[in-house]
Amino acid sequence: MSEVNLRKVVKLFEGGVQAVRGIDLEIADHEFCVLVGPSGCGKSTTLRMIAGLEEVSEGEIWIGGTMVNDIPPKDRDIAMVFQNYALYPHMTVFENMAFGLKLRHFPKDEIKRRVDRAASILSIGELLDRKPKALSGGQRQRVAMGRAIVRDPKVFLFDEPLSNLDAKLRVQMRTEIKKVHQAVKTTTIYVTHDQVEAMTLADRVVVMNHGVIEQVGPPNELYHHPATIFVAGFIGSPAMNFIPARLVNAAGALTIQLGQGLSVPVPADRTARYAPHASKKLLFGIRPEHLTETTRTDKQNLAPITVDLDVIEPMGMETLVHFRIEGTPVCARVDPAAGAQAGAPMRLAAHMDQMHLIDADTGRVL
Amino acid sequence: MTAATARRDFPRAYGKVGSLHRERLWALRLSYTSLIVAAIIFLAPPVYMLMTSLKTNAEMADQTLSPWLVRSPTLEHYGATLENPLFLGFFANSAIVTLLVVSITMVISVLAAFALSRMRFWGSQTLATGVFLTYLVPDTLLFIPLYQIVGGLGLLNSIWGLVLVYPTLTVPFCTWIMIGYFASIPKELDEAALIDGASWPQMLLKIFIPVALPGIIAATIFAFTVSWAAFVYPTAFITRPEEMPLTIGVVSQLVRGDTFAWGQIMAGALLAALPPVVVYVFLMDYYIAGLTAGATKG
Ligand SMILES: Nc1ncnc2c1ncn2[C@@H]1O[C@H](COP(=O)(O)OP(=O)(O)O)[C@@H](O)[C@H]1O
Ligand SMILES: [Mg+2]
Repeated sequence: MSEVNLRKVVKLFEGGVQAVRGIDLEIADHEFCVLVGPSGCGKSTTLRMIAGLEEVSEGEIWIGGTMVNDIPPKDRDIAMVFQNYALYPHMTVFENMAFGLKLRHFPKDEIKRRVDRAASILSIGELLDRKPKALSGGQRQRVAMGRAIVRDPKVFLFDEPLSNLDAKLRVQMRTEIKKVHQAVKTTTIYVTHDQVEAMTLADRVVVMNHGVIEQVGPPNELYHHPATIFVAGFIGSPAMNFIPARLVNAAGALTIQLGQGLSVPVPADRTARYAPHASKKLLFGIRPEHLTETTRTDKQNLAPITVDLDVIEPMGMETLVHFRIEGTPVCARVDPAAGAQAGAPMRLAAHMDQMHLIDADTGRVL
Repeated sequence: MTAATARRDFPRAYGKVGSLHRERLWALRLSYTSLIVAAIIFLAPPVYMLMTSLKTNAEMADQTLSPWLVRSPTLEHYGATLENPLFLGFFANSAIVTLLVVSITMVISVLAAFALSRMRFWGSQTLATGVFLTYLVPDTLLFIPLYQIVGGLGLLNSIWGLVLVYPTLTVPFCTWIMIGYFASIPKELDEAALIDGASWPQMLLKIFIPVALPGIIAATIFAFTVSWAAFVYPTAFITRPEEMPLTIGVVSQLVRGDTFAWGQIMAGALLAALPPVVVYVFLMDYYIAGLTAGATKG
């Protein structure tokens, strides 16, 4: 059993920086859990507390049913992969991977067996005699993962392991990490600031901001049902549009007023949910991919709006169009064949089933 | 642009290229001249020593001959020096003192630097600065109080007194070099070792020392040089010939009455300078190999 539990964990650094402000988190056995959030939100600090590299100021951390607050890193049965790989420069790849096992007095043939297995999982078998300086970035990253795998620990901890790689290799190694997890199934906690990495890798994503957890959930749930404006804006690229809006009750039908003469109807199944918030300052949230050309007929609940385009950005597969509603910049994703032209008006369809209404004061998604 | 101006421009541009070439030539001449002058200044004394050590006493005394040329080279002074039990004693003393001082220095400064750079404890920053400040106090100032201490311990006129005081010269600077080297090792490396199960001593022995080997060798060379060439302390603390190291032994004991045995003094001084040369040549190779094998980061 190697579940990880965090109970009201707080980290207060000397000097008064409260990096982590009360985190509760339960990570199940075999789960791939990704902590994601902007730089400085306390992800690394949380991970380092789990590793035992930072002391816990308040709260408890449990690994596999044991409270580990006062257990040193080497006895927590965890392995960590660092952003800069942290390979021992004077050791060969084999020695790097074997180091932890040697210190734990594993027999020689067992060490060899484990290193060979990890090397074959990561396809670095022919690199075993090289020193780290003779490896490429991607190969070093593999060795760093190999060093974690051979230990066969209860938990893998990754701190931004792909941030030092170039974009293409990053995508490749991302797949590699997922493959490794499917092969060894070790409980994994993975820290990144990149929401795409979080979405693609995670069984469950933990979105952090300012030292607290904003929302926890599977990638698709975060995408479709963000709980806060922060999560709504953080997950997805290009980011969700937020347009100041008012709820108007016209002849029994609830509509969302976006600006002068620009309104969209509230979907029937949400009328009851939104009605009590009519008097509040609201934001209408919609992702660029849910603002499209009108010709798509496969979708229900399309609300047409006409806008004047400022800028168009052809991306090949799709075209991003930018415009303003009452001064608020908005982005939409349309088909390249839809005939978008900068400076010209365009009719767009808002996919109302995918919209969100946000309380502008509390930041909660309603 | 007219043809006339174009033609006027052309020679000017050409002249510019020429002057650039000439400037470069002058820079080269200047640097070679200064290098040759510097080489002459630095090499003249050892060459003079070498010439003198190869002359017979008669040739040395002959004022009519050029001091820079050797008429009939002889190794008699080298033979005499190497057979002189006093000289061999000086050599042994220097070797013993240096070996011990280098060992003591490296053990203390590596341990101290490891603690000061990695184990964050109250006042470690101040202590690190303090260590360096002690190095700035010159030995010409320290030998008087140290004389009292060494005397109080009954170690005057003994090489053990030197073994005790030389580290006050070597430890601060070597610790400082090592702090710098250890500080350049990324923190993740010790954290990885910590998670891999290394204790502090294992981390020092298996990670820090091998990774910081170039720094350790630089510090060793420094400690060796200071200890081998120390002059002020032995001058102050040692008067018995049997306990003298080379630096003061050669100049004080190879004098018979009022006559300076120049041939032997020169031969002795050159022989005394040999070990540092050997150490430099041997360790420099390692030093450079260590540098290129380092490659800590990606
Ligand atoms: N050793 C430290 N001492 C003081 N403050 C720190 C220390 N480490 C991190 N912090 C602060 O804690 C906050 C969270 O840092 P970190 O966990 O590294 O963020 P993230 O990994 O999410 O980018 C930041 O404001 C950072 O400045
Ligand atoms: Mg971080």
